[in-house]
Amino acid sequence: MARPLLKVAMVGHVDHGKSTLIGRLLLETHSLPDGKAKEIENISKGLGKEAELAYLTDQFREERENNMTIDTTQVFFKTRKAHYAVIDSPGHVEFIKNMLTGAAQADAAILVVDAQEGLKEQSRRHAFLVDLLGVKKLIVVFNKMDLVNYKETSFVEKKSVLLRFLKGLNGRPLNIIPVSAKENVNISKRSTRTRWYRGPSLLEALDALAPAAESSNAPLRFPVQDVYEIDGQKILVGQILSGKIAAGQKVTLLPSMRSAVIRSMKIFGRSPGKAFAGESIGLILREPVSVSRGEVLVEKKCAPVPTTHFTGNVFWISALPLRVDAAVTLRCATQELRGRIIGIRNRMDSSALEILEKRARRLHANETGAVSFVTEKPLVVERSCPLNGLGRFVIEQDFQMQGAGIIS
Amino acid sequence: MPRDQLRKGPAILDHISELENKTIYIFREAHHRFKSTALLWSIGKDSTAMLWIARKAFLGQIPFPVIHIDTGYKFQEIYAFRDRYAKEWGFDLLISKNREALEKGMSPKKEKLACCHALKTEAIKSTLCARGLKALFLAIRRDEHGIRAKERYFSPRTLAFQWNYRDQPAELWDFYQSEIGKGEHSRVHPMLHWTELDVWKYVQREKIPIVDLYLAKNGKRYRSIGCAPCCSPVDSRANTIRKIVKELETTRIAERSGRAQDKESAYTMQKLRSLGYM
Repeated sequence: MARPLLKVAMVGHVDHGKSTLIGRLLLETHSLPDGKAKEIENISKGLGKEAELAYLTDQFREERENNMTIDTTQVFFKTRKAHYAVIDSPGHVEFIKNMLTGAAQADAAILVVDAQEGLKEQSRRHAFLVDLLGVKKLIVVFNKMDLVNYKETSFVEKKSVLLRFLKGLNGRPLNIIPVSAKENVNISKRSTRTRWYRGPSLLEALDALAPAAESSNAPLRFPVQDVYEIDGQKILVGQILSGKIAAGQKVTLLPSMRSAVIRSMKIFGRSPGKAFAGESIGLILREPVSVSRGEVLVEKKCAPVPTTHFTGNVFWISALPLRVDAAVTLRCATQELRGRIIGIRNRMDSSALEILEKRARRLHANETGAVSFVTEKPLVVERSCPLNGLGRFVIEQDFQMQGAGIIS
Repeated sequence: MPRDQLRKGPAILDHISELENKTIYIFREAHHRFKSTALLWSIGKDSTAMLWIARKAFLGQIPFPVIHIDTGYKFQEIYAFRDRYAKEWGFDLLISKNREALEKGMSPKKEKLACCHALKTEAIKSTLCARGLKALFLAIRRDEHGIRAKERYFSPRTLAFQWNYRDQPAELWDFYQSEIGKGEHSRVHPMLHWTELDVWKYVQREKIPIVDLYLAKNGKRYRSIGCAPCCSPVDSRANTIRKIVKELETTRIAERSGRAQDKESAYTMQKLRSLGYM
C-alpha cells in the first residue's frame, strides 16, 4: 500500500522553536536537497549569524532579518511509514490569520512549547485554535530541554500545567515528548539524555498517527458548487463532502426539500455508476428541476433541517470588533447568504479561556464566544463529528474573511 | 486507482486522486467567482498537468483562454508541443509576447532579473489588461521554491501587479478570498498542494503527453524547463516517465537547481514575485 500523506501543523508561541524543529526533522529524514545546508550556512553568515535551521522555512528576507516567521509555509519529508507535509505557522499574535490558514489544512498538530518558559499566550491560543478547527490529533513537544539540563522535574512540572489548560478543550494530546531540536534529542529516536522518558520519539509518534478517517460511510452531503450547461444538458458539479451517490438514487434538495432522481454521473471521459466522498463530480437529474449553487443534495432519511437561526463557536480575527446587530455574510460549504448577529454569549480571550462576559455586545480580535445568527434565507448547517463542510462556516464583512466558526 | 476501489465498496481516494479532486474544486470555485479568467500554460509538466485537470473540471470544454507567455527564447520543442496540443485538445490559445521589449533587444544576456520581468511579467500584464481578466490560473507548487510555499490558493495582486506578501488574506478550509478591487486580479494556484513527484506520478497514471526535454538523452535531462538560455539539464538516465518517478523517489538534487533566476541571490525569487512574476 502507498504511504499515506499526513499534514501536520507546527504551532506554538513565538521563539519556542517551531521553525528550528522543522529544520531538524528535514535533516533527520534526509529531506534536504544537496547544497541546501551549505546555502543556509552562507545566508546565515551573510546576516552575521550561526547556521540557522529556521531559514529552511523562513524564506522571506524580512523573516530572516527579524528572526520571526511571518507567514505559513509547508515543507515535505517522508519516513518509511508515511509522507508528511509540515505546515509551519507564525507564533506572533499579529499573524494569527496566517497561523489559522496553515492549521486549517492540517490532519494533526504539534504544539511546540519551550521547556524553560512553559505555556505562553500563543501556546494556549494555538492549542485552542487547533481544537476549534477540528484538528483532533495533537502531539505536544517540550522543546529546548537542553536549557533545563534534560531534568525530569522541569518536564513533569510544565506538563501538569499543560494538562490543566487542555482540560478546557475537546481534544487530548496523544503524546507529550521532551525534545531538543538544537541538540537533536528525541527527534528520530529516543535519546539517552532523557532515560526517564518512556514514550516514543517525535518521528515515532508521528508514524503512529493513523491516516484520517474516511467519510464514505457517513450520510450523503453534496453541496452544489455550480451548474454547467453542456450540449443542452444541465450538469450539477461539486465535491461530495461525505457519503456516496449512485445513478438512479433518489435525493432531496435542501433547503427547498424537493426530491429528485440522479439520472447519471459525469466525470470527464466517463460516466461512473457510483461516486464517493472526496470526489469532484457532475450530476444529471432525471427531472428538469432548476437547481443553483449552494443547494445541498442529501438522502431524505438523514437530512439536516434547514434553519434561519443557528449558533456557532466563533473565533474573531479582525481588528474591528463583531457587534450584536451587525450585518454579515456567512459562507458555509458552497452556500453564501446574508445574516445578522442576534447575540454573543461567553466571550473569552482565546488564550485564557476564562469567561470575560456571559452576555456580550462585542467580540474583539482573538476572542471567542458563542454567537447566534439569524439569516435572511434558510441555511443548511449541522453539528458534525468529525467536522465536515456543513459544520463550519466563515464570516465576511467588507468582502474579507473576519471570523470563523463551528456549529454548536 | 479510484475505479478499482469503487467495486470494492467504501472507497478512500488514493493520494493522487485526492489532489486531483481538490484541484478540480479550486478550478470550479475560481471560475464561478471570477467569471473572466485565463490559464497560464508554460508547456512545462506542471501547467500541462493543470491543463489536463482543467479539461476534467469543465468536462472537456475549457471556458477560458489558455495563455502561453512567449519570451521568444523558449526551446523549439516547446513551440512544437504547444501547437500540436492546442489543436488536439481544442481550446482557445492566446500568445502573450512583449514584442516591444524584444525589438529593443531585451535578452537574458542583459540582466536576468530585468529580462524575466520584461518578457514574462510585463507581457502578461498587458494581456491581462487588454482582456480585462480577473484571475489567472498558475501551476506553481509549494514544494518547488520556499517563496512559492508561502502562497495562498487565491492570491490577490494589486493594480500595479504587486503581491502584498506581508499581509495575505486568511484562507480557511475551502474558503478563498475572491473579492478583488477595481483593476486588481487574483492568482489562482490549483496545483499548490502537489509535489514534483505527485505530478510525475499523475502524468504516468493519466498518460499525459509531455515535452521530451524532460526525458534523458546522452545522460542529461531537464527537471524544469523555461527559456533555453536560462535552463541547464541535470545528470540523469531517466529516459521514461517511470524512471523519472523512480529517480525522484531517491534524488537529493533540487528541482529548480537548473533554473538561473533562482540563483542570482537568495531573494531574487521574492523580488521577482513581489513585482508580479509567476
